[in-house]
Amino acid sequence: MTGRRRFLRNLGLAASGAFLAGCDRISQSESGARVLESAEWLTRRVQRIVSPSTALAREFSEADISPVFRPNGTTMPQTALYQSLMKNQFRDYRLGVEGLVDHPGEFSIDQLRALGERTQITRHDCVEGWSAIGKWQGTPLGALLAHVGVKESARYVVFHCFDEWGEDTPYYESIDITEARHPQTLLAHSLNGAPLPVANGAPLRLRVERQLGYKHAKYLRSIEVVSSFEDIGDGNGGYWEDNGYEWYAGI
Amino acid sequence: MAVMETTDENTMPARNTRLVYRHRWPLRLMHWINVLCLTVLLMSGLQIFNAHPSLSLGHASNDNTAWLAMGARTDENGVPRGVTRIFGHMIDTDGLLGASTVDGERSVRAFPAWATLPGPQWLAMGRRWHFFFAWLFVINGLAYVGWSVVTRHLTRDLTPTRNDWRGFGRSILDHLKFRHPKGEAALRYNILQKLAYLGVVFVLGGGIVLMGLAMSPRMDAVLGWMVDLVGGRQSARSWHFVIACGFVVFVVIHVFEVIVTGVFNQLRGMITGWYRIDEDDKP
Repeated sequence: MTGRRRFLRNLGLAASGAFLAGCDRISQSESGARVLESAEWLTRRVQRIVSPSTALAREFSEADISPVFRPNGTTMPQTALYQSLMKNQFRDYRLGVEGLVDHPGEFSIDQLRALGERTQITRHDCVEGWSAIGKWQGTPLGALLAHVGVKESARYVVFHCFDEWGEDTPYYESIDITEARHPQTLLAHSLNGAPLPVANGAPLRLRVERQLGYKHAKYLRSIEVVSSFEDIGDGNGGYWEDNGYEWYAGI
Repeated sequence: MAVMETTDENTMPARNTRLVYRHRWPLRLMHWINVLCLTVLLMSGLQIFNAHPSLSLGHASNDNTAWLAMGARTDENGVPRGVTRIFGHMIDTDGLLGASTVDGERSVRAFPAWATLPGPQWLAMGRRWHFFFAWLFVINGLAYVGWSVVTRHLTRDLTPTRNDWRGFGRSILDHLKFRHPKGEAALRYNILQKLAYLGVVFVLGGGIVLMGLAMSPRMDAVLGWMVDLVGGRQSARSWHFVIACGFVVFVVIHVFEVIVTGVFNQLRGMITGWYRIDEDDKP
């Protein structure tokens, strides 16, 4: 490398370094991060106007199904409770339903299936950038909510999961009531015609087709209907949300 | 156009130059906002790319169908070596793509830390920067197009005339020889410049926003036809990347032309609005 080229290269690196250092200060300051986060509110507002809450995610044909549905995040929950349920092929599994509902209770997969069934072939989009297509079968969450009766003050549905991400940090997620009642929002028990594999969230996982993968909570333990999720986890509405990701994952 | 008569007293013989008010303030402001947006969007975009450093065609992605993939191989000393696979060809891109040095240590990462925002792997923050500046980019772009229509910048300065088209071949030759118009003629955009600006604004600018929206699962509920048109979400992701490369190519040529036509004069033109032309030079 000639002296001139080295000089130009170092000049470029110094410029990018100074620019990145400035940006890092914004990322790490509370007010700077809050300004950047304001875009999420705008995106959510605008997307809800141009893409109505009733709009359906595209459904695909059998031929489009991905050869392997890539699992991500936890692929084998280690908690004792989950391990004991798994040993028994989830025969003793019950989904808890609690919070702002008229009739809290516990539901087996068969009881859920009796409330309604839907099959859909949809595309799953991970926040990382990849996509996979799978066939999901499950109970529309709206049918379960109608069955247990939702109180007027309810605004969100929170999903509590079996898998832990560090000590006393179970995975959780939340969506609003409108999204929860969307016809494609399912409590899925089957993938590609077979019971959900453990890696993909057995025995029951959420499908919320118009949002990114981290919203699709796996290993559902219970659902809780709430008016606010401020007191759950770090208060941002989900495990990844507590780690800086957007609560609204429609983009 | 406002004109300020000046004579340059330091050069002998005195040349008759004058400053011309060339770029109005809204255009200058929007230009520099755009510089900031493109810088942040490119660097945060590379941060997001690094979370899944491969590009596929179709609706879904599959490691075997990727046309572009960056990764690392471990050499005999256990040190990662960056490699890039493009259309089936393996290229050693160690140090730049696939694996590069961060704080003195060779790390596995697609684009190097100096090119991504934030520098370290931090997808959540990269997305925050990307979407904030995407909104700014869209609002700024719409303001520019609106302003250009209302002030007739679009029809008067950017739309090629019949004369422009006739000089198309000559303009290419002029560019290749770095021969640039002088005097009054320097104030008008030449045909290649007009086509480049129109292409960047409407084809690249419009295209990159649409391909970004095509990756949004919520938008896909209403934009399914467009996603199908380009071949699927992963194809849209590929197009988004390719168009971003198009922006980089444009910026490189743009900055090069600024340098060869007088970097000081051009910068003053885009900062203060005043641009100096030499009246003695005949076009």
